[in-house]
Amino acid sequence: MNEAIGSVLIVIGLAFDFFGCLGLIRFPDVYTRLQASAKCITLGTCGIILGLVCYKGFGATSIKALLCLIFIVLTAPVSAHALARAAYRSGVKPWAGTVVDDYSEDMDKIK
Amino acid sequence: MIFNTMMFMIWFSVWILLSWPIEIKDVISGILVALFVMFMTTGVMGPKDLSGRKNISLLGYLGRAMWFVCYVFVFLWECLKANIDVAYRVIHPDLLIRPGTIRIRVSLKSDIGLTFLASSITLTPGMTTIDIDKVNGVLYVHKLYIKDDDRKLAVVDKFEHILSRIFE
Repeated sequence: MNEAIGSVLIVIGLAFDFFGCLGLIRFPDVYTRLQASAKCITLGTCGIILGLVCYKGFGATSIKALLCLIFIVLTAPVSAHALARAAYRSGVKPWAGTVVDDYSEDMDKIK
Repeated sequence: MIFNTMMFMIWFSVWILLSWPIEIKDVISGILVALFVMFMTTGVMGPKDLSGRKNISLLGYLGRAMWFVCYVFVFLWECLKANIDVAYRVIHPDLLIRPGTIRIRVSLKSDIGLTFLASSITLTPGMTTIDIDKVNGVLYVHKLYIKDDDRKLAVVDKFEHILSRIFE
């Protein structure tokens, strides 16, 4: 039973990882690609780790895997934010279909 | 004092979990490492950053912990919804995106509260935080699909409401 639940979770995680990679190819510019990778790949990796925990049962491996999950969730948004900000500051232009762009108006005012 | 003790317990339990089949040498090195990390981080995360109020009672910390549990569940739900949303936009043949960067006004003041808000926004509703203007209280957010009335968002309000109970 546990193995079945674990396998389902791993498959769901792999599916989200796949959508993240597909977004990385299909989306037009740095910022939208960053969104696809930051979100889908976080949940995908969490799914795989939770699947492993179900597979293995409660023990030393599962505890370490759960700690890895917490650290991934804490660090992924920070790196996405740093990459997006650095790209904007170094002059990477957003995609031509961008609707509004408040940040490039205000960019020089922020310290 | 209460705050330092709590931080020590958190760091110590992380150490113990990392070295799980525990022996006596793990406990001793864990105490030393947790003490060191506690003294190094107390200036960054200490209660003086929580909007200047230094004395929070034990009951106050318990209330904050309850709100934090509530925050974790709201966050997980929103995270799941956002992932399904992004996956749908990726596999849709017409690539349903109207991207852009927008300003969002926030009322949180403390550093750690703003950090949590920006990170939860990045992982949840189709948005990535790009920059924070702390003086004016503005978050600059990149959003995948912009509707016309997007300057004030319900999800951000919900997070802000919970986080102000925890960190302000």
